[in-house]
Amino acid sequence: MRRRLPVIIAFGIGFAMLIQYFIPHPRSEEFYNVIVQQWFIIIYAFMYIFALRSFFMHHITKVKKKKEGYIFSAVAMVSVLFMLLSGLITSRGPFFDSLYNYMIAPLQGTMFSLLAFFIASAAFRAFRARNVQATLLLVTATIVMIGRVPIGDYLWRGMPDLVEWIMTVPSMAAMRGIRIGVGLGAVATAMKIMLGIERSYMGGE
Amino acid sequence: MGFWQRFLQLDRKWIFLGIAIVVIIPLIKPIGLPIKPTKPVIDLFTYIDTLGPESGPVMVVTGFDPSTMPELMPMEQALLRHCLTKGIPVISFGGLYPAYIGMAKMAIDEVSADFPDKKYGEDYVFLGFIPGVSAVILSIGIDIATTFGNDYYGTPIDSLPMLRGVKNYSDISLVVDVSGTSTPEYWLMYAQERYGVNIGVACTAVSAPAYYAFLQSGQFVGMMGGMKGAAEYEELMARKGYPTGRRNATIGMDSQSLAHLLIILLIILGNAGYFIVRRGERRRGIIRRKR
Repeated sequence: MRRRLPVIIAFGIGFAMLIQYFIPHPRSEEFYNVIVQQWFIIIYAFMYIFALRSFFMHHITKVKKKKEGYIFSAVAMVSVLFMLLSGLITSRGPFFDSLYNYMIAPLQGTMFSLLAFFIASAAFRAFRARNVQATLLLVTATIVMIGRVPIGDYLWRGMPDLVEWIMTVPSMAAMRGIRIGVGLGAVATAMKIMLGIERSYMGGE
Repeated sequence: MGFWQRFLQLDRKWIFLGIAIVVIIPLIKPIGLPIKPTKPVIDLFTYIDTLGPESGPVMVVTGFDPSTMPELMPMEQALLRHCLTKGIPVISFGGLYPAYIGMAKMAIDEVSADFPDKKYGEDYVFLGFIPGVSAVILSIGIDIATTFGNDYYGTPIDSLPMLRGVKNYSDISLVVDVSGTSTPEYWLMYAQERYGVNIGVACTAVSAPAYYAFLQSGQFVGMMGGMKGAAEYEELMARKGYPTGRRNATIGMDSQSLAHLLIILLIILGNAGYFIVRRGERRRGIIRRKR
């Protein structure tokens, strides 16, 4: 029953929502409103509670067993609790805003900005014209990189137009093909979940 | 060991130093490279520029956290400035995930400070985070007041003068998702496709190629892609004589231009070194075989 019940719920709700889309009857609209405005949002809110529980369970275990890097787990838990309490106690006041603006924002910004340095280093070491495909990628990437910044236009007037052509013709054609594939895959996966063929979302094997 | 072999083993700290120099110097002393607006940005700008105080509000959705702030914050600020300059009512929505709300607040606080004549609740409102992602997008299509209940500050939606008569997407002129993730696709699937609301996109440069197909099909009215898109929007604002603030994206483009140039130079030198060394090794191999 632990496995059958979620499949029945997934099939029931999934099929009901699918059918509802094509029925513009007031009862059908009412059903849609209740599902979207109440059930979905309540379920999503519970997901955050489970996420917090999972977060603390994982890190408490790490600290208890003194696994490698457990000190970072302790810091992570203290940070989450501190942020949570500061928001609750100050009712998201200036102190809470300051924590976000002057701690989280610079820390995250710094982490992400490191990418620029590593990309430059990786491009120098690994971006090689070893074969035709790699050469094609390298040449296109170089044109797009130079054409997507003002200096490209400064060096050659036609550069932005060439880049726009790359983006709107070959790149877009490839993306469209990928998206059609992804869309068909998503429909197939949704059907498999509704019919109980795909059950990995329930955990386990 | 020859020059090129030594060069290929260049310590990466020198590359890091080079990047740091070309990024920092233009930020301190901007070069002022000319910005040429592209069609997707012009389309978005023109669409908003045709709206006015009598139009329905523009909903600016914050879909980014501090990791993509340098690219996306100038876009959000430019959009807010444009709307407030034109007198278009603005709904600033704090986003579909909790990490985004701080960015939304930062943007609206900074921009609204430059427009002291604009009143909260009458000219702009700030809606906070509601869990639900796609369900929230769908729910706004039914009723904004029921979805949010209160604004970010706890004021009931019904008591905000600007939102009187704004029930759902049918009363909104445009939704612009300023996003560092794939949320524009959610807005496309659940808001544009189901409710027919117009969608604009402001996204990171790395996400932009994914959305050209939707621009061509007309499902997105326009797009700002990457910091360049933000700089183009700032340029369009400046050409119209609208207030632009510090033009952070335009200043940032100088750094990005030089950083791209340096990376391209490194790629060229890296490949040159690679082929020269490989040719040398092959020659030595041939000589050995001959001996």
